[in-house]
Amino acid sequence: MDPVRASARDIARAVNAREISAVEIAETMIPHVASVDEHLGAYLTLTPDLMREHARRVDARIAAGESLPLAGVPAAIKDNMCLLGTRTTCASKILEHWIAPYTGTAVARLLDAGALPIGKTNMDEFAMGSSGENSALGKTKNPYDLDRVPGGSSAGSASAVGGFAATISTGSDTGGSIREPAAFCNVVGFKPTYGRVSRYGLIAFASSLDQIGPFARSVEDVAMTYDAMGGHDPMDATSVDMPFETTAGHLREDLRGVRVGIVKEFATSDLAPDVAAAYEKAYADLAALGAELVEVELPTAKYGLSTYYLIAPAECSSNLARFDGVRYGLRVDGADVGEMYEKTRAAGFGPEVKRRILIGTYALSSGYYDAYYVKAQKARTRIADDFRRAFAKCDVIASPAASSPAFAFNAKSDPYSMYLMDYYTIPVSLAGLPSLSIPCGSALPEGGSRPMPLGLQLASPLFSERALLGYAHAYERATQHAAKLAPVQVVTS
Amino acid sequence: MATERIDVRGVARLARLALSDEEVERYGSQLEDLLKHVDDLKQLDTSDVAATAQVIESRNVMRPDTLVPCLDHDVVMAGAPQPQHGFFRVPKIIAEVG
Repeated sequence: MDPVRASARDIARAVNAREISAVEIAETMIPHVASVDEHLGAYLTLTPDLMREHARRVDARIAAGESLPLAGVPAAIKDNMCLLGTRTTCASKILEHWIAPYTGTAVARLLDAGALPIGKTNMDEFAMGSSGENSALGKTKNPYDLDRVPGGSSAGSASAVGGFAATISTGSDTGGSIREPAAFCNVVGFKPTYGRVSRYGLIAFASSLDQIGPFARSVEDVAMTYDAMGGHDPMDATSVDMPFETTAGHLREDLRGVRVGIVKEFATSDLAPDVAAAYEKAYADLAALGAELVEVELPTAKYGLSTYYLIAPAECSSNLARFDGVRYGLRVDGADVGEMYEKTRAAGFGPEVKRRILIGTYALSSGYYDAYYVKAQKARTRIADDFRRAFAKCDVIASPAASSPAFAFNAKSDPYSMYLMDYYTIPVSLAGLPSLSIPCGSALPEGGSRPMPLGLQLASPLFSERALLGYAHAYERATQHAAKLAPVQVVTS
Repeated sequence: MATERIDVRGVARLARLALSDEEVERYGSQLEDLLKHVDDLKQLDTSDVAATAQVIESRNVMRPDTLVPCLDHDVVMAGAPQPQHGFFRVPKIIAEVG
C-alpha cells in the first residue's frame, strides 16, 4: 500500500490489521509532505514530532487490541483550530506566534480515532476570503495549476488533500469556505448542519454560521472523518444535543426514489459555456442513477450575498474585539491603553479583516442597526423559509459549488468580485443546511492551459447528513470524476 | 438605507482600529460600494418576518455546578504578550489627579 495515495479507509484497515504500522505511515508521509509542500505552500506549520508521537500511540493501542476508525490516517488541520502546544495563527500576524493552550474538540476526536497530525494549514486570514490570498503568512497554490488559487478560506486544507500532501483534513465553512476550495482542488468538502460538529477550539469568525467539516478524496473518507469528529459536546453550547447518526456505513449505490431539486434561479446560462455543459451533464448523471429531477424555486437566494455581507461582518467585528493586545499574540505599545489597542489591531490585521470589521461595526452602530443588521436577519429568515418550501418538493438540491473553476492569483482585485465566488454556497450557509461539494468534471478556465476541476454542490434538509453523503456516494461511484484529473507533475513525482 | 459619506474614522474609533489617511480613503469608498450592493435588500419584503439570529433552535444550556479541571494557568498566560506574576500587564488606565 502506498500511504501517500491510499484512501483513509484502506489505511485504517491495513493499520488495524497490522499489515503496516502507523509509524511506517508517518515515516513515509513526513519527508513526502515536506518536499511537496515546497511547491504547494499548503502548510504554515509542520508537526513531524507530534505526528511520530501519535503514530507510536496508535500502534500501541492497536497492539493492545483496540480498533481505531482512522488508525494511521495522515490528517491536516486548518490553522484556526487549536492543537495543544502548536502554533495556531489563523494566518494572521496578530496570532503569528501564538501557541494553542488546548486542543479543540473536533481535532481531539480525530486524533483519538487514530488520525496522525501532519501540520496546520494555511487559510485566508481569520477565514475571510475565497481564494487563500488573504493569508498574511504564506501563499498556497492549487495542486492542479500552480498559477491558480486553491480557493478559500480553507485553502491549505483543500490544496493538501488535492495534492496528496494529506489523506484527510479539517476545514471550517462560514459562507462556502469548505465547498468552494473543495471544488477548486478536485476533492470532496463537506459542511455539516450548523451545530453538528463542536466549535470548541475553533477561533470564531461569524458564530451563527461557522461550522467545521472534513475534506478527503472520496465521499467514504469524508463520511468516516465526519463520523469521528461530529456529535454533541458540552463545551460548545450551540452544539446540538441530539442523537448522532453515523454516515460511513450507510452510503448508497443508486438514487432510485430520490427527488433532486434543480434551482430555477440558478440558471446555467449565467455560466461559461463549458462550465454550464459540465453542470448540465452532472444533472443528467443524477437522473441516470434513478433520481427524479424537479425544478424548485429559491426566489430570495439572490439576496444571500447582501444578507451574508452584513451578518458575517457584524459577528466578526464582535468576535475579533478580543484581539486587543492584552491576552493573545501581538501587542504594539501605545501612550495609553486605547492607543495600544488601536495600534495593535492596525499592525496585526490584514486589509480584508479590517474591511469586514469596519463593515460590521458600521452595520451594528447606532442609527444603522435596524436598517442593516436586523434587516439582514429578517432576510435570512426568508431565505431559510425558501429552502423549507423547496424541500417539500425534493430531497436534495443540486447546483454549482462555485461560478467558475479556480482563477489566477490577483485576478479578483475588487472585494465584491471575490464575494461573488460564494453566490451558490452562501444561501445554504444562511439556512444552516448540510452541504458538500463533489468533483463533477472540469473546464478550461479563462487564460488557462489545463482543464481545472469543478464541484457539484448538494444541499439537503437540516440534520440529513446520512442521506446527503449517501446521494454523493452514489454519484461519485457512477462518475469517478476526481480520478480523471491529475495534479501537476512536481506534486505527483 | 443611506448612501451618504460614511464617517470612516468614527467607525474605526468604535472598532479600536488605527487607520492611515490612505486607508480611510480606500475603505471609505469600498464600504460605500458594498452598501450600494446591499441596498437590494430594500426590495425584499420582511414586514411580517421575525429576525433569525441562528437557524438551529437554541436554548440556554446549564450544567451541574461541580468543579472540573480547567486550562493550566501558566500555559494560558504564556500566550499573552506581557504576562507578569500571573496577570496581564497593560498600560496605566487610571489618570493621575492634579
